[in-house]
Amino acid sequence: MLYIDSSMRACLALLALWALIGVAGLLRPMSVGFVGRMLFPLGALCGVVLAVVAATSIGAPAEQAVLKIGLPDLPMHVRRDALASFFLLLLGATSAGISIFAAGYFRRGQGTAPGLMCLQYHLFLASMGFVLLADDAYAFMVAWETMALSSYFLVTTQHGLPEIRRAGFLYLLIAHVGALAILLSFGVMQGGSWQFTFDAMRGAHLTPYWAAVAFLLALFGFGAKAGLVPLHVWLPEAHPAAPSPVSALMSGAMLKMAVYGVLRVSFDLLGKPEWWWGLVLLAVGLFSALYGVTFAAVQTDMKRLLAWSSIENLGIVFAAIGLGIVFHGVGMNSLAALALIAALYHSLNHAFMKSLLFLGTGAVLHSTGERNLGRLGGLIHRMPWVAWLTLVGALAMAGLPPLNGFVSEWLLLQAFLFAHQVPRTFVNMILPVGAALVALSAALAAYVMVKFFGVIFLGQPREPALARAHDAGLLERIGLIWLALGCLLLGLLPTYVIDTLRTVVAQFSGALLPSTGAPWWLLVPLAGRQASYSAPVFLIALASIVVLTALLVRRFYHHRVRRAAAWDGGFGRLNARMQDTAEGFGQPIRHIFGAFFAVQRELPSAFDSAPRYGVVVGDRIWQWVYLPLGTLVQRIADSFAWLQQGRISTYLLYSFITLIALLALML
Amino acid sequence: MKPLEILTQALELIAALAAAPLFLGWVNQCRAWLQNRRAPSIWLPYRGIRKLFHKDAVIAENASPLFRVAPYIVFGAMVVAAGIIPSMGTRLPFTIAADAIALVGLLATARVFLSLAAIDIGTAFGTLGARREMMVGFLAEPALLMVIFVASIISATTALPAIAENLATQTLGLYPSLAFTAIAFTLILLAENARIPIDNPATHLELTMIHEAMVLEYSARHLALMEWAAALKLLNYACIGFALFLPWGISTGTGGPLSLLASIPLLAAKLTVTGAALALIETISAKLRVFRVPEFLAIAFLLAVLGLLVHLLLGA
Amino acid sequence: MAGTPFDLQLLNLCAALLLLLSFAMLAQRRVVTLVNLLAIQGALLFVATLLLAWRTGEHHLYLSAALTLALKVLLLPWLLHRLIRRLQVYWDTEPLLNISGTMLIGLLVVVFAFGLAQPIAALASTATRSAIGIALAVILLSFVTMITRRKAMSQVVGFLSMENGLFFGAMSATYGMPMIVEFGVALDVLVAVLVLGVFFFQIREQFDSLDLHHLESLKESPTFGKSPSPAPARSVQEN
Repeated sequence: MLYIDSSMRACLALLALWALIGVAGLLRPMSVGFVGRMLFPLGALCGVVLAVVAATSIGAPAEQAVLKIGLPDLPMHVRRDALASFFLLLLGATSAGISIFAAGYFRRGQGTAPGLMCLQYHLFLASMGFVLLADDAYAFMVAWETMALSSYFLVTTQHGLPEIRRAGFLYLLIAHVGALAILLSFGVMQGGSWQFTFDAMRGAHLTPYWAAVAFLLALFGFGAKAGLVPLHVWLPEAHPAAPSPVSALMSGAMLKMAVYGVLRVSFDLLGKPEWWWGLVLLAVGLFSALYGVTFAAVQTDMKRLLAWSSIENLGIVFAAIGLGIVFHGVGMNSLAALALIAALYHSLNHAFMKSLLFLGTGAVLHSTGERNLGRLGGLIHRMPWVAWLTLVGALAMAGLPPLNGFVSEWLLLQAFLFAHQVPRTFVNMILPVGAALVALSAALAAYVMVKFFGVIFLGQPREPALARAHDAGLLERIGLIWLALGCLLLGLLPTYVIDTLRTVVAQFSGALLPSTGAPWWLLVPLAGRQASYSAPVFLIALASIVVLTALLVRRFYHHRVRRAAAWDGGFGRLNARMQDTAEGFGQPIRHIFGAFFAVQRELPSAFDSAPRYGVVVGDRIWQWVYLPLGTLVQRIADSFAWLQQGRISTYLLYSFITLIALLALML
Repeated sequence: MKPLEILTQALELIAALAAAPLFLGWVNQCRAWLQNRRAPSIWLPYRGIRKLFHKDAVIAENASPLFRVAPYIVFGAMVVAAGIIPSMGTRLPFTIAADAIALVGLLATARVFLSLAAIDIGTAFGTLGARREMMVGFLAEPALLMVIFVASIISATTALPAIAENLATQTLGLYPSLAFTAIAFTLILLAENARIPIDNPATHLELTMIHEAMVLEYSARHLALMEWAAALKLLNYACIGFALFLPWGISTGTGGPLSLLASIPLLAAKLTVTGAALALIETISAKLRVFRVPEFLAIAFLLAVLGLLVHLLLGA
Repeated sequence: MAGTPFDLQLLNLCAALLLLLSFAMLAQRRVVTLVNLLAIQGALLFVATLLLAWRTGEHHLYLSAALTLALKVLLLPWLLHRLIRRLQVYWDTEPLLNISGTMLIGLLVVVFAFGLAQPIAALASTATRSAIGIALAVILLSFVTMITRRKAMSQVVGFLSMENGLFFGAMSATYGMPMIVEFGVALDVLVAVLVLGVFFFQIREQFDSLDLHHLESLKESPTFGKSPSPAPARSVQEN
């Protein structure tokens, strides 16, 4: 263990180092300088090294080891294969940007002490890494629960506020319901051998029925973590409650652990997935995508908006996985590989762009103290760095070429183009309609991003206090630049990414996307097919035309500019209140997708002296599923309430009776 | 072979840049005739653009650099789009860089920048226009993508030149699915180019306008670029329509320079007819309320999806 | 596609246009236009029957084409237009569901119908078998049209369009039903429309409206022995 001769050991060592950095935070728990300027940058460095190690190890064959830690006679198995390496790469690369941002972000204030936060943060990172390396159910669940708990503590950093405690509780509750389902899924997958190593599960041959049960349980469990509808309710609560770097990490990295889990279970542990599992994933994923993005469009809190947008993106990832499973199940292997590559690519893209956007909101939050979109605006003048870097993330999230969000959507649509060839009646008719839904979600994402960026950074400041906003500090800028560069490079060099992903997908699913032999600058999804996209050429063409136009205009005309007040329609001075609000921007969506929302309006009457207009958009799923469920639980609990007597001797009697009953059973 | 391809590419770009205002002028002229008005000169859009370039730019006080960059990006996107869409020949070297899906993305890029620039000033008009434009966009974009999907499935490629070439070179066939998608595409064209049932290009009435509300704050060279870009967008959409539904007469790989020459008058003829048809549609239809726009575009989306289903069922 | 003979392509086009017309009917709120759409549907059916007759050389198809022309393109629309003028019903009220929602349901119905038709089409031996799915979709869409309307007029149009769909389905699956059946059906439809016409007058006499939600007051009242309103109760007895 002490010497590092393999990439897996290197990864383990780096994870241990993360945990150590966390513990080191306890040395001087109240010192922002020590924690922020020393430990977090060190954590970021760890992330970079982890990303490099993981990236170089993707092509290497899988390695296994047994760690002699944990309970006696229950060692932890670890294994690193290409799939794990890819997600480690994602984790390391994203966390590097987030950690360096966090180094400049955390300040002294109420809530958790910086040192304690450092411990939670780095334990969170390490546990995510360990989830990826775990090779038995025991190690996996320990890491998974550590991840859930540490993130719970991070979410409730501001535990003084009741709504944050509430959000944290909801998160913990759903995380545990999900974990329970995963545990049950492992229980099914061991297939009677009672060996909980993943190797045993790979070897167990389940009947189709039990395999489906295991898959659905796993989908439920991981879906709860990924925020798939209807298990999404914690996400829009927990993400805004957490400090921004934590939101970024949760949305960017932690949600991807669920993607990893579904891939691991369906392709690796269960062997070959049935094709209809893919349909389930597609349906859930597409519905989540559409549901998430419409809710994102009507939000008025910027972090809540991003949280809903995460639901959308995870929905698209799961839809892509579903499409891959359908193709895989009917034997269309290269298309399966294409869809799975699209899924992994989109996971990676989302990790970068969503972290970038969350960090951008963090910077805004820090400098203005405001999360409500209705009180922001015009920040591009006061915070140009944050604004322009966030613009990169917003454009990427909107799925615009030549940035990265476009590439994965392009790949997914290319895969969907063949969906009608699936040799199953009905399915071949329904699948192409799925492409329409992907397109609709992508187009709505652009709407959401225009709203997000436009309302926060453009226009006039809606509050006078915004004039005092200041730009982000150096460390924060470095974090933002790192992630923005990631968005740019992932968009411009898709062929390298796809070459890497091809190896990953081939290793875990057996589906190989044949190499097309296209040059590095040209992306061709499938050989022998006339469809290509070249981001570098595209960017160069666009940029050169823009520059050329500007030069020509400058050369032949003049470039005089006069500043004047904006046109007010002859009405008098316009004020900032007359701009569209976030609610206003959501109006068309509320109108068109009215069926999704539970809208409560507060309308003024004609005689109000101080008229107020308000609209609150609620989630019908919350009303229809969770509230009745809560009532049911409450009622069941009430019917047992007589057990609670408040007298110690009664409780001792209960224990006594239980003991007697158990002993009687043993006879 | 190679020089001819580059020639085709250059010719297409120059022709698109030069002819876009002319096409707009022609549509306006036809519209005036149909409405019993005295028609403005067909060259009026050129004069407008020239005049605007010579004026001093006036920019709102709180405009950010984004506001000043946006016209160049929107214009650039439209020029790049003109380079992707095969209008005269299908052998275009640049088109390997972007297929039809990328074209949709490119148009979306232009739309997003236009909307962001409109929000930037922070007036009620601009934000209103931006919101409406994005609404039209998110409804029209998936519909357009579905239209392209149908054509792509028929031709087994998403490269526009290959689609055009495939349709142009095979014997005449009736594609019911293309009939559906052609109607859908016409609706999308009207919506995306701010034409009459959706938006009135000739009005500045704030209750109804979309595109004009967004460019309200622009003046001089910026406005000139925006207007030129709008004209290019209309031409581009017309050419997408030709490539998908009426590719006959386009110069394919086998033709040589002569067929390229022959394709020019044919393109002009198609544009003339299309312009007149567009003016006719605009004259006989009434402007929709904004609330009806989603229905209009939902129908376009539906027709495109129906086209896809019909294609899958009938294999045509 | 390029390999298919041209007349078959035309037939397919007719089929697709029939589907399009069904959707147009689904979206249309004006009763007059609805009847016109029905007439166009009949005309398309006529063209399709002629084409098929020419293609297969089955003489009875010419006869049924003539029947279609006379009945569905000329007579029935004329009757309906006359009814509309007499009854003064030009607009349907707002449909029960908004247009986009109806369209979406229509789309799902089409997917269902197409999926259902695929195995059936594989069994049929006719050249037009791929159009069976469209016929099925037309039938189901007409059903949806009838469900989402309030006015009796629109429901009759929906009913007739459903009959058109059935006719088209029979044609594409087996080159038409036996002549005697077709005559029978044509007669039935004619009689049905006439009877319904008489019915409309009766309904309007009773309720001063053709809005079918008035019929809801005819249902059995939960409170025993008390009729909700005297007028409808009487009308039931009279019928």
